[in-house]
Amino acid sequence: MKPEKKKKIVKTIRIDVDKCNGCRACEVVCSAFHAAPKYGNNNPGRARIRVIHEPLKNIFLPVYAGEYTAAECMGRDKYIIDGKEYDECAFCRASCPSREAFKEPDSELPLKCDMCESDPPLEKPLCVQWCLNDALVYEEREEEVDEEEEKPEDAELAVEALIDKYGFDKVSDVLARIAAAKAASKKA
Amino acid sequence: MRYAETGYNLEIDLSKGSIERVPTDPKLTELHLGGLGTNARIIWDRVPPDVDPLSPDNILIFSTGLLCGTPAPGANRTIVSTISPQTLFMHFSMMGGFLAPELKYAGYDKVVIKGKSPSLVYLWINNDKVEIRDATHLHGKGALETAELIRQELGEPRAQVAAIGLAGENSVYFASIEHGRSSASRGGIGAVMGSKGLKAIAVRGTKDVHVAKPERFFELCNEVLKYIEFRAKNPIKGVPPILAGIGSPQEMAIHDEEWHTTSFAWGNARHRRKGFWTKEVEESWRRSQERAVQRLVSCYNCPMKCGAIISYPALGVSRYMMKCYSKLTYVMAAMADDLDFGFSIAGLAQEYGVDGYSTPQVMAFAVELYEAGILTDADLPGFPKDNKERFFYLLEKIVRREGIGDVLAKGVYWAAREIGKGAEAFDHNTIKRHEQIPIKLGMLNPIYFVMWATGEKANITQIEGQLPQAPFPTKELREDFVKDWIQVPTGKEERFKKFVLEWGDPGTEFPFYPPIDLICELVDWQETMHYIDDSTGICAGLSSFPLKPPYHIHNLPLIISAATGLEIDEDGLWEIARRNRTLVRAVNVRRGLRRKDEKPPEDHWKKRFPEYEAKILDEYYEYKGWNKEGIPKKETLERLELDFVAQDLVRRGILEGNGEGK
Repeated sequence: MKPEKKKKIVKTIRIDVDKCNGCRACEVVCSAFHAAPKYGNNNPGRARIRVIHEPLKNIFLPVYAGEYTAAECMGRDKYIIDGKEYDECAFCRASCPSREAFKEPDSELPLKCDMCESDPPLEKPLCVQWCLNDALVYEEREEEVDEEEEKPEDAELAVEALIDKYGFDKVSDVLARIAAAKAASKKA
Repeated sequence: MRYAETGYNLEIDLSKGSIERVPTDPKLTELHLGGLGTNARIIWDRVPPDVDPLSPDNILIFSTGLLCGTPAPGANRTIVSTISPQTLFMHFSMMGGFLAPELKYAGYDKVVIKGKSPSLVYLWINNDKVEIRDATHLHGKGALETAELIRQELGEPRAQVAAIGLAGENSVYFASIEHGRSSASRGGIGAVMGSKGLKAIAVRGTKDVHVAKPERFFELCNEVLKYIEFRAKNPIKGVPPILAGIGSPQEMAIHDEEWHTTSFAWGNARHRRKGFWTKEVEESWRRSQERAVQRLVSCYNCPMKCGAIISYPALGVSRYMMKCYSKLTYVMAAMADDLDFGFSIAGLAQEYGVDGYSTPQVMAFAVELYEAGILTDADLPGFPKDNKERFFYLLEKIVRREGIGDVLAKGVYWAAREIGKGAEAFDHNTIKRHEQIPIKLGMLNPIYFVMWATGEKANITQIEGQLPQAPFPTKELREDFVKDWIQVPTGKEERFKKFVLEWGDPGTEFPFYPPIDLICELVDWQETMHYIDDSTGICAGLSSFPLKPPYHIHNLPLIISAATGLEIDEDGLWEIARRNRTLVRAVNVRRGLRRKDEKPPEDHWKKRFPEYEAKILDEYYEYKGWNKEGIPKKETLERLELDFVAQDLVRRGILEGNGEGK
């Protein structure tokens, strides 16, 4: 049976690297928005966007955090664009074991851009709002797509990463132990 | 929990090789905020007045501002404070860039450095892990080159580095500390770093900085951004393009330099060239700038683009970053007519790590001494004929301290006295032994007289701001300016607006206008706003310096309160700034600063009025709560909760028990 076609808003951030002034306001505001409490703490190390910033090579490249991956790539690419060599993995969005980017600094749990999902929804993601130089511009377009499968939530991604790190048995043991402890404390 | 600040300083003793993480007293934040304020307190407490600036007992503080690391736009300044080898007073050179926020994220508000390392080292601060590392392999390396080598060596492309070049290693009195597109360059603080055997500081931090009232704070930050956008669309009418916007003067984006090249003095602060800016010059400078500037760049979390990446392969300069007026300082001092010269020598000077203000003036001074026969071929063997080549020659001699370069490396004031033979007369543009912006004007400007005389940073751009520098030519422009002038302090609206509205009318000519009480208020306001920025780490380019800035006395107390959880209103903030300013003065008074030092150069204005100037200074001192010698009075110190300062000054006999000074 063919899957049903469905209208979907595709949220896009158009990145114009030539307009980037390297200020990293996108990192600042991203980490503030995703903090608990919201805006309560600031740490670009937790941001879901990262500006690859090598001024003396004239490299200014904002990259968003994408999918978590348990394993790094077998090969690595290098791009040379306009005579500038971009380090391997520069354009890659993955939260990946090969590098520190897009992981919580303490727990190393993966981070992923969620376009500042919130209730009520923001007009545009905050990184875009704070980029007064228009290096980041928000666009929406409508596409007809196949009925999409459920996307994993943040929490699911985090557990998956924990399983990759510690093994399924260990994580399920810990979860069981926490569940038991919570139940016990409720009774008491 | 501490908000906005981390509550910890790093204390480094390079003689012992010791590193300590020390909690700070939250009471000091209430009294001084942070940045310069708490730096001044540390220097007051720990550096006795007889300490030689280049000795191990001097302290070098790299401080974040209170708001660095929060989302407050443009809060990124590193405030470096120490005793200057050139002025012998406390100096607090500052820089933008990325270092201060990174230091906050690493978990520290300040790095306080004393002692002297037996060999060249650098400091590597990586969150909780702090190391003093060997830097002997970096000896003689350029400041930017050093930063790159350290990042590679550490395998940390995101580490932020501040480093000295050869000039700092050789304790040149105007050596800078360089950090990418920014530098802390005034007062020879790079020499102090070099005297400690410290080549660089590298920092990486991935911890949180908290704010006390998150939603409120964020809302205020958004308002600041909105106003920045508003100002981008609404330049001030009736002023030169370079003064119409916000940020530091937009000299990387704007090629129209008529105002600087025709209003400021060329050579050794000597010549006005009123007809310089011709169509041909404009065309050549535009082309030169377009070739050199690759991209406009900013500091951390700031939408402005005050800096630029400069790459000009035809000139043989490696890529570097530039900002503001350094594009012109070498060109004008060398009487060179082409901007290419500026782009090429500034790149080299930055690698050597020297101040872009003082260095060209020292070199222009040397050229004048040579032309006057005071310096000869014996002092300057093989001295080229061409002025531009002479500047390259002198730069090498100075940073290596070879021959006469060893003397010139002390700056104009000390070099003039060491050279003698009448060289003192060529020292005509220093205050407090420090080279000033080369401006030579006609009629005494009484507002600027007070600022030049009393500014503790001995640098006019760090005391002036927000006030038009000249009257608007028409009534309409004046009315247009005051109609949405929201930045004026509460209670001063009527007086300050009236001043702008009537300034330019018959009867409002310098020097006897404006009245002295208004001069005092205008100067005090301008200076106070700088002292607030110096403690918060907000860039003066978004705050105390330009006309109609996004940060001002009305929103700053709200922003600071929301960030820290302290309750500070307009009066309270003013009081803290006054306390910090007075404490800096007290440090310097204890080191000998008196009225005699507060003298703009004799020829700064052609028309001078010694008696009237003395009267203005008397009244300004009185307004500040200082005595006739410029020493803060006992009652002023006590009112500002600086009783311990009063007691010390009385004990030393600087203040008498009754509060009178000597």
